[in-house]
Amino acid sequence: MPEVLTFDAVVVGAGPAGAAAALALARAGRSVVLVERGPFPGAKNVYGGVVYGRVLDDIVPNWWEEVPVERWVVRRSTMMMTGTQSLSVDFRTDAWGSAPYNGMTTLRSHFDAWLAGKATGAGARLVASTVATGLVRDGAGRVVGVRTDRDGAELHAPVVIACDGVNSFLAKEAGLLPRAEASHHTLGVKEVLDLPHGAINERFGVQDHEGVDMEILGCTREIPGGGFLYTNADTVSIGVVVSLPQLAASGVRPEELVADLKAHPTIAPLLRGSSLREYAAHLIPEGGYDTMPALASDGMLVAGDAGAMTLAAGLWLEGVNFAIGSGYAAGRAADRALAAGDCSARGLASYRTDLESQFVLADHKRLRKAPSLVLSDRVQQRYPGLLCDLAEGMFTVTNPTPKAGGLKLTRAAAARYGVSLRQLATDTVRGLRIFG
Amino acid sequence: MSAPPPARRRWDGISFEERMATVDFRVGARAHIAVDADVCRSCTTKACVTACPANLFAPTADGGILFNYEECFECGTCYMVCNSEGALTWTYPDGGHGVVFHHG
Ligand SMILES: Cc1cc2nc3c(=O)[nH]c(=O)nc-3n(C[C@H](O)[C@H](O)[C@H](O)COP(=O)(O)OP(=O)(O)OC[C@H]3O[C@@H](n4cnc5c(N)ncnc54)[C@H](O)[C@@H]3O)c2cc1C
Ligand code: SF4
Ligand code: SF4
Repeated sequence: MPEVLTFDAVVVGAGPAGAAAALALARAGRSVVLVERGPFPGAKNVYGGVVYGRVLDDIVPNWWEEVPVERWVVRRSTMMMTGTQSLSVDFRTDAWGSAPYNGMTTLRSHFDAWLAGKATGAGARLVASTVATGLVRDGAGRVVGVRTDRDGAELHAPVVIACDGVNSFLAKEAGLLPRAEASHHTLGVKEVLDLPHGAINERFGVQDHEGVDMEILGCTREIPGGGFLYTNADTVSIGVVVSLPQLAASGVRPEELVADLKAHPTIAPLLRGSSLREYAAHLIPEGGYDTMPALASDGMLVAGDAGAMTLAAGLWLEGVNFAIGSGYAAGRAADRALAAGDCSARGLASYRTDLESQFVLADHKRLRKAPSLVLSDRVQQRYPGLLCDLAEGMFTVTNPTPKAGGLKLTRAAAARYGVSLRQLATDTVRGLRIFG
Repeated sequence: MSAPPPARRRWDGISFEERMATVDFRVGARAHIAVDADVCRSCTTKACVTACPANLFAPTADGGILFNYEECFECGTCYMVCNSEGALTWTYPDGGHGVVFHHG
């Protein structure tokens, strides 16, 4: 017989979702075990680089005084590029530079370990270097625990919360997530480059612990996707996020796309003299609200990336905040179900209602059409060039020839990229409806 | 005899080996991913060869695939893009083993 340890709740995955779920349960006085396959929380995790921390306001009071931050983001820039041009909308505000802040760059080996530390501090038991290899069910088919690769030891509990990330084999085994669909996923590849703190401040126009967040469209050749560049304390994170099936069909290696971006005439001067610290890759669930699975079954809840709760549509790359919000809500729903003695899907249903009323599902619902617009052929392949040409037309001084009017330039640029003015207008309205 | 993997190209002056050498791998004794080269021989897409960010799938002269699990990001890309049933057996490395990201 394998060893069996029994708890009130088992949480699988010590990413932000799992740490938040374990924290909620431990605070409610429940015995909870947090299982993580990496040697420490964060060891397996890769993201772009910005955590939007306001979700922590209700969970860790004054979190900004203790969170392991690299830089506080005060500038956010959206860039459209072609091989030789770039056009940016660059926003900066002092409001993001003081508490409670807006976004921070932080590294996952620091941030995830910090949040998991909150959970263990509240009484959760962290079991690292351990894979949950499958679900344990009772005679009625209800989930009552997980098996592990520690000599087959089992962890039993009336409720299991799967926070095991984008590949979630537990949610798949429970029948909550369908078989992995490549078209609902993107691959992120990232390089962290060493660059001295002072050089970052000078090149990116910031001071002290201020940071910059750049999202880039038009840098992934014919593959739908986007790029990012974030400043850390004395490194920068640069990478691309690309559609999986189209990457696979393209014949273009992912690291080649990152190399392209680093060599772009707008980006290269920012990175001059830097050296590679770490190369990394990770998947993102990108289907949006419409591909989200059922989030509860008998004895089990799903939170974070395991439930496809990432918002990754070009201008947005958010997931850590949704993971924390959904994980904490899952932990609280599990506590309520335990108190009521009913951990069936019905007993756990308050989880979904809770998420619907918060930003977690509200944001996803509002932006449900965003992935298809931002990844559309026009936005990906035509608009970056069109807008860059338009800007070039407006700003190039051609005298003695008189300046062309805006409409004429727009028409010419649109024609060059095969877009009609009507399509342009329709997409603008569509964009305003989705994002506005 | 399978041919050696093709020479890996250098982008931005950094060779692929140099790129991978920046990553901390705590290699486990068990191969957590297995590739059935017989299935691969009849695969027309070879999607894994392009998409694996660690470049671990090397096509061989006889149309098969040479695979080494040791420097794997455990990302899941390969099983998602592979559409040949049975070509890949995919699991996570044993607890504590495999990739360790320090700047993820
Ligand atoms: C390239 C890229 C850029 C991104 N940029 C941003 C960004 O800038 N801002 C942002 O907010 N979000 C970003 N995201 C999204 C964000 O990373 C995720 O949404 C977030 O990490 C989800 O948290 P999670 O806890 O659900 O899952 P994860 O962080 O993936 O954590 C899952 C955990 O479960 C563990 N685990 C998995 N299976 C098992 C098992 N069977 N047994 C034990 N442990 C297991 C894993 O080791 C891991 O620690 C980005 C993602 C990528 C890939
Ligand atoms: S692993 Fe899959 S995609 Fe790769 S060669 Fe084999 S069958 Fe083709
Ligand atoms: S999991 Fe990712 S890194 Fe590992 S072999 Fe598959 S595609 Fe390559």
